[in-house]
Amino acid sequence: MNTFPWLTALGVLPLVGSIIVALLPKSRPSLAKQLALLIALATLGLTIAMALQFDGGSAEPFQFTESYSWIPAFGISYSVGVDGIGLVLVALAATLVPVVILAGWNDVEGDSSKGSGSVKGYFALILVLETLMIGVFSATDLFLFYVFFEAMLIPVYFMIGRFGGPQRAYAAVKFLLYSLVGGLLMLAALIGLYVVSANLTGTGTFDYLSLVGLDIDPMTQRLLFAGFFIAFAIKAPLWPFHTWLPDAAAQSKPGTAVLLIGVLDKVGTFGMIRYCLPIFPAASVWYAPVIIAMALIGIFYGAFVALSQQDMKRLFAYSSMSHFGFIALGIFVFTTIGESGSVVYMVAHGLSTAALFLTAGFLMQRRGGSSMLGDYSGVNKAAPVLAGFFLFAALSSLALPGLVSFVGEFMVLLGAFQRYMFVGALATLGIVITAAYVLRVYQKSMTGPLASGLEGMADLKGREIAALVPIALLTLVLGVFPAPILNVINPAVNQLMTTIGATDPPTTLTTSTSAEGTLQ
Amino acid sequence: MINAGAVVWAEGAPVLQEVMPATGVFSLIWLLIALPLFGAAVLLLGGRHTNKWGPYLGVLTVFGSAVIAVLMLLGLMARGAEERSIGQSLFTWVFAGRFEVNMAFQLDQLSLVFVLLITIVGTLIHIYSLGYMSHDPDKRKFFGYLNLFVGAMLLLVLANNYLLLYVGWEGVGLASYLLIGFWQIKPTAAAAAKKAFIINRVGDVGLSIAIMVIFVTFGSVTFSDVFGQAGSANEGTLTAIGLLLLLAAAGKSAQFPLQAWLLDAMEGPTPVSALIHAATMVTAGVYLIARSNAIYDRAVWAATAVVVVGLITIFMGAIIGSAKDDIKKSLAGSTMSQIGYMIMAVGLGPIGYVFAIFHLLTHGVFKAGLFLGAGSVMHGMKDQVNMRRYGALRAAMVVTFVTFMAGYLAIIGIPPFSGFWSKDEIIHAAFERSPIIGGLAILAAGITGFYMTRMVAMTFFGKARWEDDVHPHESPAVMTIPLIILAIGSTFLGMALLFWGNIETWLEPVVGFATAKSPISTTTTIALSLAFVIVGAVIGWISYARREVPIVAPRGSWLTRAARQDLYGDAVNESLVVRPSFLLSRVLIWFDSRVVDGIVNGSAAIVGGSSGRLRRYQSGFARSYALSMVGGAVFVLLALVLVRLS
Repeated sequence: MNTFPWLTALGVLPLVGSIIVALLPKSRPSLAKQLALLIALATLGLTIAMALQFDGGSAEPFQFTESYSWIPAFGISYSVGVDGIGLVLVALAATLVPVVILAGWNDVEGDSSKGSGSVKGYFALILVLETLMIGVFSATDLFLFYVFFEAMLIPVYFMIGRFGGPQRAYAAVKFLLYSLVGGLLMLAALIGLYVVSANLTGTGTFDYLSLVGLDIDPMTQRLLFAGFFIAFAIKAPLWPFHTWLPDAAAQSKPGTAVLLIGVLDKVGTFGMIRYCLPIFPAASVWYAPVIIAMALIGIFYGAFVALSQQDMKRLFAYSSMSHFGFIALGIFVFTTIGESGSVVYMVAHGLSTAALFLTAGFLMQRRGGSSMLGDYSGVNKAAPVLAGFFLFAALSSLALPGLVSFVGEFMVLLGAFQRYMFVGALATLGIVITAAYVLRVYQKSMTGPLASGLEGMADLKGREIAALVPIALLTLVLGVFPAPILNVINPAVNQLMTTIGATDPPTTLTTSTSAEGTLQ
Repeated sequence: MINAGAVVWAEGAPVLQEVMPATGVFSLIWLLIALPLFGAAVLLLGGRHTNKWGPYLGVLTVFGSAVIAVLMLLGLMARGAEERSIGQSLFTWVFAGRFEVNMAFQLDQLSLVFVLLITIVGTLIHIYSLGYMSHDPDKRKFFGYLNLFVGAMLLLVLANNYLLLYVGWEGVGLASYLLIGFWQIKPTAAAAAKKAFIINRVGDVGLSIAIMVIFVTFGSVTFSDVFGQAGSANEGTLTAIGLLLLLAAAGKSAQFPLQAWLLDAMEGPTPVSALIHAATMVTAGVYLIARSNAIYDRAVWAATAVVVVGLITIFMGAIIGSAKDDIKKSLAGSTMSQIGYMIMAVGLGPIGYVFAIFHLLTHGVFKAGLFLGAGSVMHGMKDQVNMRRYGALRAAMVVTFVTFMAGYLAIIGIPPFSGFWSKDEIIHAAFERSPIIGGLAILAAGITGFYMTRMVAMTFFGKARWEDDVHPHESPAVMTIPLIILAIGSTFLGMALLFWGNIETWLEPVVGFATAKSPISTTTTIALSLAFVIVGAVIGWISYARREVPIVAPRGSWLTRAARQDLYGDAVNESLVVRPSFLLSRVLIWFDSRVVDGIVNGSAAIVGGSSGRLRRYQSGFARSYALSMVGGAVFVLLALVLVRLS
């Protein structure tokens, strides 16, 4: 029924836009911004149009599929398509890009320091990145996925390295090296997988659905799994692969940080759900205890480091690391509720990260870019609207019931509890520390007497409010009525559970026998 | 339906009511919640344009809910007892796999009495706040937060399942946080707000895990599903759920060991203390346990723990209330103590639930009156809260004095004031469980007599100890009228509910009821507790009305000094939890930058060949170098692929 190449169109639109933006004369910075915003909004419009066509009841694994042979000699094709999980993440990316453009309207203008890029360059990079993000979430050919996965590094590298803070070069290189290590491991595993597929079926392939059905022997699974998983764990990032993130976040523009942590890092957890679990089900189960332990450590480690952090950007980075622990936990407990919860959590975290980094960015901009908590106090007095959004972002981050982050977090915890009671209960303790560090930031910055030097500080302007309102609305509306995302996520999760052969543990009352849900 | 063979340790457990469809006025259940939330949205998002009329809108929305609530009361009364549980489902809220939770409400005899308390007392307090907050520049926000609170609290008591209850539960916590920190320019207020939220989060851990256990056990978190199957679950599971719910209740209701936030919460404006931290929100724990009676009736150890927690808090609160010179903090101690009575009562099972709710209602009214009275005193005394600076105020503020006295007589339990009826029923029931519990409950009643007399004596009697520039005056009518209405309630509500409202029969279908088989007669209980109260009151009178009250507090006994420090609740939290957490945090920050990141940088340096390499990347051409690395690596590996596969 769908003959229109939705996903290709969606990817090409920002790419073309970015080329046009890049070709504009340097003397027309505002035109570049306006055009970039227009393209991003058009892409969002296209995404919404596509999402409305999505059939939640479809039995097909992917929708809006397109496939063109690319390098037939290696079974490589340009194949795209989305299931519900891919769809919500594409939608998340398409939502955050215009928001980031609007919020970062004047972020790069003041930079005249040596080596920093031009205004149009920044916005062109954002649009390129959007193309790659859409691609990475919709690729159904593993080689294509890999290409998008690696190519994403380039715009982000420049966005940090050219448009970041004083330590930007260090942060950018660190980010790059980390990602390269992950990328190389994944490449090696990818080649291995190709060889395995060639051995098992006679013809090697990178086609996702063909690879999912393969009966790979357990030892090989474990090896290949490790390659993919470490790449994803670095991207996400999970403890202990996280130390690039605080530096990258601290040196990035707020907009860059939002796209980096809000969307790009989700490629890591998305990869775990999309690739690790279905292609290597036995290895996933085998590694699960280790990964769950890493996730648990990450939840508490990130939260405790955030607890007495003085630098807000680093604090939010560590808080994200803690949140990624929750997401990974939900993925590796193999329950329907946990998997669905993880995907909801990814969306929610994208939104709350955006709200937090953008509001904090607006705040820091008003004090010469300082991200040190000690420089702020009593902002609520001077800028109540800013303080209001900041509090909302904080509440979203601590998963206040009624907001979408609560839906995701509770589902993850419940899914974990269903499988491993003590793991779920232990992870639940994290909600106390989260509240403690989040509210500490609000207390230090927004309450008390106004810090000297902040007198006459301007409250949020129309443009800034316009950037935050859609985020806040989505956070609230999806918290009260998450059906629009659950309706598309759940079928994909059910399919995943079938693919990996996991069943949910039964409720204790309905089964008198001690039948346990199975993982395999 | 309760399964046959269910283990019920106490007789009188209820049979699950059938849920009726929401027709007629009951189709408006959602509107009860939506009205105040709408008010909150308009006031908080509307900005300065709404400054002028906003507060009135705030009053109107709550009043609107109160009108609907009264209509619903009439509607329920017109129905037969077996048709008084009404459900309304809006849509499926959260769902995945077998987990399915609806955005659905349940109005029954229990939730309705809460709805009435919340909306009627809420309306009075909104009206009072028009006067109390009239000069505050952020008055609009204040009413917005109050509306948010009322909406969330109504959601809490109307939810038909635990997860939705959780939303209301946290919503009232948020409103409480915002209102305690309302004057957040004061660092103490901001700190108190944060503290309240975080301690409540500890309780939330209990609620969260309880919900998980409930789902894993029953396959549903909807009340009717859970309670209907409670009989088939094993006692260990039910005990776990009961203890976890108790943890939640302890947080929200400021019960031991999560009591430490309530005294600091008095940083909020006084109407907030009256509405949230006395009449309604802090009783949510009582609601939670009473609502979950099907679980506690089958988990005797969990119920016993509830009694113990209540009993400890009765004394902690009473002792703190006896030592504080700050009138609001003394009242806060009293609130802890009175809620302790309610918690103890719900732990007694079907002989106690009804009277816990009964006391909750009378307390909600008289304590709101007492707090608003204290606010009226502060209003006339330039916001002075130190009772050592009060004295002889009865002539200067007659209405406040008279209405306060009604609350006073109600709380210490002098017949026929409302507290007498409800508290004595609880004490009487406690004797059935154990003479020790009953005896302790009576002893605490004596302490109540003492601290409340002390408060009244220091405030309204004795000599004036006012500061020089203070000229006490009566508050405006917008404040005194709510005081008068609450005073009427403090006087008659107990009798009305007991004799005219038949509160036992009204609530029995939801929470069950059994007459306490007390070893001592009702008359003996009344005589004993009155004797203790009078002794306490006389001691209080002699010490604080007959003797001069020194303006600087004397050193006092060790107990007084401990009570002034909130019985070291903060010190314990500080040394056991807060300081170790921050220490761990600092250690981890060090560990992360030196060890984890150190290894990373170190290995990068080894790979790079020299330790200076990474630092050199920071130089200008590092970027092009790094980019060429990406390209190079991809190229080389692609080449490898080609070689290997061809």
